[in-house]
Amino acid sequence: MTEEEWTAVRLSLLVATTATAASLPLGIAVAWLLARGRFWGKSLVDTLVHLPLIMPPVVTGYLLLLTFGRRTPIGAFLADELGIVFSFRWTGAALACAVMGFPLLVRAVRLSIEAVDTRLESAAGTLGANPLWVFATVTLPLSLPGVIAGAILCFAKAMGEFGATITFVSNIPGETQTLPSLIYTLTQVPGGDAGALRLTLISIAISMLALLGSELLARRVGAHRIAT
Amino acid sequence: MSFEVDIDHMREHFRLTANFSSAPGLTALFGRSGSGKSTLVDIIGGLIRPTRGRVAVDGQVLVDTDRGIFVPKHHRRIGYVFQDSRLFPHLNVRNNLLYGRWFARNGGGASDDLASVVELLGIDALLDRRPDSLSGGERQRVAIGRALLAHPRLLLMDEPLASLDEARRVEILPYIERLRDEAGVPIVYVSHSVAEVARLATTVVILTDGKVTAVGPVLDILPLADAGDAGAVLDATVARHDETFHLTVLASAAGELQVPRLAAAVGSPVRAYIRARDVMISLRPPEEISALNVLPGRIAAIVANPNGAQADIRLDCGGANLIARLTAKSVQRLALAPGRPVFAVIKSVSFERS
Repeated sequence: MTEEEWTAVRLSLLVATTATAASLPLGIAVAWLLARGRFWGKSLVDTLVHLPLIMPPVVTGYLLLLTFGRRTPIGAFLADELGIVFSFRWTGAALACAVMGFPLLVRAVRLSIEAVDTRLESAAGTLGANPLWVFATVTLPLSLPGVIAGAILCFAKAMGEFGATITFVSNIPGETQTLPSLIYTLTQVPGGDAGALRLTLISIAISMLALLGSELLARRVGAHRIAT
Repeated sequence: MSFEVDIDHMREHFRLTANFSSAPGLTALFGRSGSGKSTLVDIIGGLIRPTRGRVAVDGQVLVDTDRGIFVPKHHRRIGYVFQDSRLFPHLNVRNNLLYGRWFARNGGGASDDLASVVELLGIDALLDRRPDSLSGGERQRVAIGRALLAHPRLLLMDEPLASLDEARRVEILPYIERLRDEAGVPIVYVSHSVAEVARLATTVVILTDGKVTAVGPVLDILPLADAGDAGAVLDATVARHDETFHLTVLASAAGELQVPRLAAAVGSPVRAYIRARDVMISLRPPEEISALNVLPGRIAAIVANPNGAQADIRLDCGGANLIARLTAKSVQRLALAPGRPVFAVIKSVSFERS
């Protein structure tokens, strides 16, 4: 493993973790809204959430560039007022990964919220819990397996995200060169095959570890509910 | 404590109209399935918004469609025990019981003491168990405790025994009686079982096809309750025990009744439920008959059943009401008519302690 390869692995883990952690609260909120909410424009929200899943990643990346680039109104505002810069930074890679992973997260969480018995929620209401408390003490704990599954899917998607990331924040070593970007780079240069193969194996290993971890976590949550 | 309901609710082809107010104690909403009982308690509990009307508890208006008032269920402080218990599967019994305490501000009519509720319902041994490891009867007792500990000022119970077998019902009924007598929370109890209502109710509200057809004290109302399973409620006290034959003698307005030995002290009040089909009519005092209970009385009314094959004979026995269900043929053969003195022969009596 070269220093360059380690850097890419570390960066990818940072980007994927940040993307997952940042999408989780918003993703749960949107999933709850889609599962339980009745409002005008719900199918529009549903479509918007799913767009990154059906659009070519390059298109998503380009749209992010048009929205959050330094010279755009939003990008300039974020940079000048809040000091947040996305373009050509690792934060931009995290944003791209979060957007790409978001539909997967929302889908999994939404399904598990829909599976929670609404009669339990109304029982909690009669005991004095307002809707927010009902969500925090009944709905969320009961849909935890779906939340874990959604988070892992989002993380895995973020680890493998390539098209949107490279379009939005390019392929800068040490800043935005994530694991897939480096694999791509290595396949373009003579003698890069060995490095590309090593990173491929690492990528597979991380994905499998994430899956295994989620299985264990989900089993613990489930067992807690059924047995003890 | 009182509550008033005056509502009108439309749901597809069903219309529910109810206007009554409650007395203290246990108010039974009685009617066949589909008569609107559950919809009515859902409206009181805030799970359903009525099309039109007004609901007030303790003088506080919870619903008034004319003034645009609708208090959400979590602000009503109305406990609700559901038919399917609805315990939280991710919490153990203790945390299920304590759930409402997180939200209860300054206590209400009910004791907020976990220990006393646990003792009242006999669920001491269950505290660390998970809901899915409990029997149906245990689950319902925990559900009752959970509702009580949220300091309700009114407790709604929607057929809490309907999903249980006979043995489990017998196990829970005494706890509901204690609740009615000791917890000091008025109860609205939905049921389609005459026996349950006879045993538990102070006041009965009869619902038929979405309309209130009768409201009043249980002794007056229950005989009108249900043509399918008619019966009469008799208030009595334990006069003495006959240890030789394992019998208990009860004193009632209608006379003395001998029944299988009851585990009740002499002088304690007992409520007997006598089903119409367990009562025979004789014109003369029957002799050499196995039945122990023969009560003299007078026919108050004869009500033919819709199918014409049977008739319910309403009897006035010393001021107490009894009902006998006879075939139309027997009515004709004995030439029964209102005012005629007769003897009621009672084959068996179901006893409910009160």
